Amino acid sequence: MAEPLIELEGITKTFGSGAAAFQALKGVDLTIERGEFVAIMGPSGSGKSTTMNILGCLDVPTGGVFRFRGVEVQKLDRDQRSLLRRRYLGFVFQGFNLLARTTALENVELPLLYRGESKVKRREAAMRALDQVGLVPWADHTPAELSGGQQQRVAIARALVTEPDVLLADEPTGNLDSERSIEIMELLRRLNAEGITILMVTHEEDMAAYAKTIVRFRDGLVERIERGALAAEGSPA
Amino acid sequence: MLGTTILLALREIRRHILRSILTTLGIIIGVAAVVTMVTLGNGVTASVQEEISSLGASNFIVFPVRTDRGTIRPFDEDDVRAVEQQIAGVELAAGNAGATATAFYNGQDWDTRVQGVNDAFLKAQSIDVTEGRPFTTEEETAGKNVCLLGLKVREAIFTPGTSPVGARMRLGDVSCQVIGVIEERGQGGGGADEDDAVYMPLKTVQRRFKGSDNLDYFVVKYDAAYAASVIQDSLVDLLRERRLLQGAEPNDFNVIDTAQVNQALGAATGALTAMVAVIASISLLVGGIGIMNIMLVSVTERTREIGIRLAIGALAREVRLQFLTEAVVLCALGGLVGIALGFLASIGLATLIDVPFVFDPAINIISFLFAAGMGIVFGYYPARRASQLDPIDALRHE
Repeated sequence: MAEPLIELEGITKTFGSGAAAFQALKGVDLTIERGEFVAIMGPSGSGKSTTMNILGCLDVPTGGVFRFRGVEVQKLDRDQRSLLRRRYLGFVFQGFNLLARTTALENVELPLLYRGESKVKRREAAMRALDQVGLVPWADHTPAELSGGQQQRVAIARALVTEPDVLLADEPTGNLDSERSIEIMELLRRLNAEGITILMVTHEEDMAAYAKTIVRFRDGLVERIERGALAAEGSPA
Repeated sequence: MLGTTILLALREIRRHILRSILTTLGIIIGVAAVVTMVTLGNGVTASVQEEISSLGASNFIVFPVRTDRGTIRPFDEDDVRAVEQQIAGVELAAGNAGATATAFYNGQDWDTRVQGVNDAFLKAQSIDVTEGRPFTTEEETAGKNVCLLGLKVREAIFTPGTSPVGARMRLGDVSCQVIGVIEERGQGGGGADEDDAVYMPLKTVQRRFKGSDNLDYFVVKYDAAYAASVIQDSLVDLLRERRLLQGAEPNDFNVIDTAQVNQALGAATGALTAMVAVIASISLLVGGIGIMNIMLVSVTERTREIGIRLAIGALAREVRLQFLTEAVVLCALGGLVGIALGFLASIGLATLIDVPFVFDPAINIISFLFAAGMGIVFGYYPARRASQLDPIDALRHE
């Protein structure tokens, strides 16, 4: 069996220093295999966002080892981590974070720009990704002309366009009503079924129920890991 | 990638078109000022040099001036001969005596100036005869009634297309035979129109118009191998001696070195250009600070965009390049507008102050590159700041 996709060993993260220092993570151990759909849950301040930032290679741990595809990420510099994100990771945010006054198609093309793909290839791949989220007819619309659910689907298409190993979703349904939320979760589950590994932070049990594994955080530590329980029971919706 | 970055920059600039124009105003004005002033400076230099060369190179002009006692002691032909024969390095010296007169021919009349000169004077001043022939020595010594026409006089009283050579015309009450026509001269050194003149032998003018052997002034042409100052010193010494001036008495005449006039004018143009360069530099500096300011505003406004770009894998240097390109494109556009304005302004002003429009590609290219360079200098700090943002903080920015 190949090595796990993601391994966290004794990860600590301290913000600030001296008396004002705050330890957000106190030694997190976590292993995530390829093809997983993991929901990370926990109350505010439990360390789930900090963990997500570290998993997304946006932040580095203060201590411990973070291996991604066998590479020790905590040893990489800023640009090397950027290259890692560019090649293997896709991000979906709570606030969608699309470029304003830029069409859906151009938003989806953006990550390919930094890969130096040709204009024709960019367009092809972006249309394919928009097709995956069912937004081809909306390709020429700007975010302001799209609903929240549609905007989040554009953001998912942008994350998918590079065919990443891992999709990181930070509260992807946080700004959506329940009907749109279900649409998004169904989409994520379908993508996971097609092979992409998904890591999602959420505080809604309903949404977490779509995941195969739920990791619960408390006080900077992993409190409990619930594997496959709900997935085996089928969809809660 | 760079092409895409430039397109992106153009789009950002178009989005804030008014802001972009106002921001680049300093650059536009600075570049326009430099281009205009250098172009006009070239025009002035060209027209001055043309004028100087019409005075004749390596020449002195000598004329009497009023003394404290209020009298003028004119020079005469003896002084001219003495200068020509006694000073080493002098190639020739020739006098000029002028008067105003009305020219008549075939019922037409024209008020003009009669210049009494010999052939040596015409040679010293590089005045060429285009039609007919110059004065002969015999005509000069005998003071014959022959004349050479300036272009203006010919046009004023002779039918176009006919040659005036051989015609008999009248100057005041003096009858004379036209033997030639002078080439086109344009504006002379003293501001007089050299084409509006009739040339007659010196002796004729002295006898028939002036009634004396006096000269208005004389010119001295010297061998360029000699130092001008040495010849000028000898010239002054000789003339003081001939005019019996005592040790402390000031000169009652003036010697003008045309080469020196040339240099002085060149220096004046240079000083003017330098002054404009300083003003333009200040304008460009202010413009550059404006660019830096607006780029910092832009970085702050687009913090989230920068966060998104960093999160999806943009390298720090790619973000830096994006903002640097934007600043450079903004400045380069300002430079282009400035060059266009400078071009129009220099054509307009050249016509207005009557100097030739001398297009100088070098100053246009240098101005453009300098403007673009301003983008690099003043865009670097904001671009660096953008590239060093923390992606997590940038994404959270409201």
